[in-house]
Amino acid sequence: MIAVSATRAATTPKLPRLRAPLLFGMLLALFALLAARSLYLQWIDNAFLQEQGSSRYSRDLEVPAHRGRILDRFGEPLAISTPVKAIWAWPEKVEATPGQLQALAAALDLPPSALAAKLDEGDDFVYLKRAVAPEVAAGIAALGIKGVHDDDEYRRYYPSGEVMSHILGFTGDRDVGQEGIELAQQAWLGGTPGGRRVIINRRGEVVEDVANIRSPREGRDLALSIDSRLQYLAYRELKGAVESNKAKAGGLVILDARTGEILALANLPSYNPNNRTRVARERMRNRALTDIFEPGSTLKPFTIAAALEAGKVQPSSVIDTAPGTLTIGKATIHDAHREGVLTVEQVVQKSSNVGAAQIALSLPPERMWSTLSGAGFGAPLKSGFPGEVSGRLRPAKSWRPIEQATMAYGHGISVNLVQLARAYTVFATDGELKPVTLFKEAGPVAGPPVLKAETARAVRHMLEMVVMPGGTAPRAQVPGYRVAGKTGTAHKLEGGTYINKFVASFVGFAPASSPRLIIAVMIDEPSGGQYYGGTVAAPVFSSVMGAALRLLGVPTDAPISSILPPAEAAEVQEET
Amino acid sequence: MVKLNLLLLAALVFCALSLVTSRHQARKLFVELEREQKLARTYDVEFGQLQLEQSTWAMPARIESIAREQLKMQLPRPGRIQVVDGSSR
Repeated sequence: MIAVSATRAATTPKLPRLRAPLLFGMLLALFALLAARSLYLQWIDNAFLQEQGSSRYSRDLEVPAHRGRILDRFGEPLAISTPVKAIWAWPEKVEATPGQLQALAAALDLPPSALAAKLDEGDDFVYLKRAVAPEVAAGIAALGIKGVHDDDEYRRYYPSGEVMSHILGFTGDRDVGQEGIELAQQAWLGGTPGGRRVIINRRGEVVEDVANIRSPREGRDLALSIDSRLQYLAYRELKGAVESNKAKAGGLVILDARTGEILALANLPSYNPNNRTRVARERMRNRALTDIFEPGSTLKPFTIAAALEAGKVQPSSVIDTAPGTLTIGKATIHDAHREGVLTVEQVVQKSSNVGAAQIALSLPPERMWSTLSGAGFGAPLKSGFPGEVSGRLRPAKSWRPIEQATMAYGHGISVNLVQLARAYTVFATDGELKPVTLFKEAGPVAGPPVLKAETARAVRHMLEMVVMPGGTAPRAQVPGYRVAGKTGTAHKLEGGTYINKFVASFVGFAPASSPRLIIAVMIDEPSGGQYYGGTVAAPVFSSVMGAALRLLGVPTDAPISSILPPAEAAEVQEET
Repeated sequence: MVKLNLLLLAALVFCALSLVTSRHQARKLFVELEREQKLARTYDVEFGQLQLEQSTWAMPARIESIAREQLKMQLPRPGRIQVVDGSSR
């Protein structure tokens, strides 16, 4: 054996001397290359592979967050978001048989031609229908049409519809507030979706939470001060009055006299927030907060209060209003009818412009201004409602005598309805101006004192006389309750001159012995023949106040049968 | 020495196996948790929808029309109301 191998070794040609080291070196170099590549992939350029790897087991999931609900003061939902689906398509990629398209159109409740038109609209993205119920969306997914997809989204529902629409407003795209409380409280109500990274198994189930990328922030619920029963009542009665008087618009506010909470706020014309296609911008306005008007006679009690505070008159002081006109410079003030000699109380009861003007002229302008300003006129309400206006009260220095006289009965000054209702809190309490709010308060709220208690009580008594026989508003009486209030019938200002269109109003509170509710009613341009505050607005006040006090279980403070049917009661008419 | 090593080996194997089982258990429980959480979300959604439905049924307008039309209820006239004084009882 040894000999054989020896001969073979002898016969093989001698290898070149460098071949072995060369090959060895080459192999080494190749290995080094591999090692370098693997090092490179492992540590330097690892992003791509890392991503490829993790995409096989890890997922980033969105954690949805709800928009908070809006509730009334008793927790009744007024606005709720529920998840729905948006159906969208990628027209370029849609592959469907005519049968499938027909089924899709039927499921979407669209005519097939409309569906075809939508699919022709664009190349890459088109919404077929939004806010589709989840069951319907599941049915569409089951059709299995290529290029048709669905997305999660939320839709907000308003169960109270047009009754509450002006307060709540509505949300737009992606459930973001666009109007009213929805807009004002967006930061509180809106939720921010979160994200988390998870590990999934091959069946797509989540098996482990890896990281919390972003914590979701759920929208918070918001409790309003609104009482939905009173709100409905207010809306129904206001609607009846606006329709029967063929009025252009109307507003009604109910305030809690103890806390200043807005219990109801109704506006007409209204709209249904659940179906807003083709609703005029005009109808969406919350007139009670965003429109100003000249209040007319509803302002007289403040003039009288200023005079009482200044000690210029007593409730029983006598004013001669004959002959029913008063000329200041070039202008003349009229009473609706001549009254002759009146006490200060009767000036309010019968709403005499001449009497109020005379009382106002006995006051220094600053004195009158400070009472009006103290009652909140000309200053922002700070209700936090978007688009709220403050009305106008000019500085006392710029008043001319005629202006001071007309301001005594509410012309040359402008307010919004909520402001007017709030001003009456000074009479409903013993001179305190309560701050108004749309949000629920825990208990009674104190406001700054504006009038002396005895002044407030004296004016309250005068306001009670207004609804008694001989006053301007016997129709405002409520069976079983003592009521106090004031009518207003103001000429409207158009292009700088007063025209024969009116704003009829009534502001009042009850029970007068211990006021609980303040209601302000405003009817814009009643054109059904009647236009006096005492005949147009007072009946609305009466029916809303009566039903509201009954609903709240407020004890009666007057015999229930003491009421006089309005037709028999002597009624005094007024203008402004 | 060998005995001790064997003992340690057995302990190691036991630990390793229990780690595997507990890991598996954890994942199973996690899947279950996920499922329950998903269910809770569905119930949440359903609750919202039911609330909507309830408040739609309980609309004052609807209650009023039922009271007036089906149950023939009406407000008594002031003359027919007797106020009972609660404080004297």
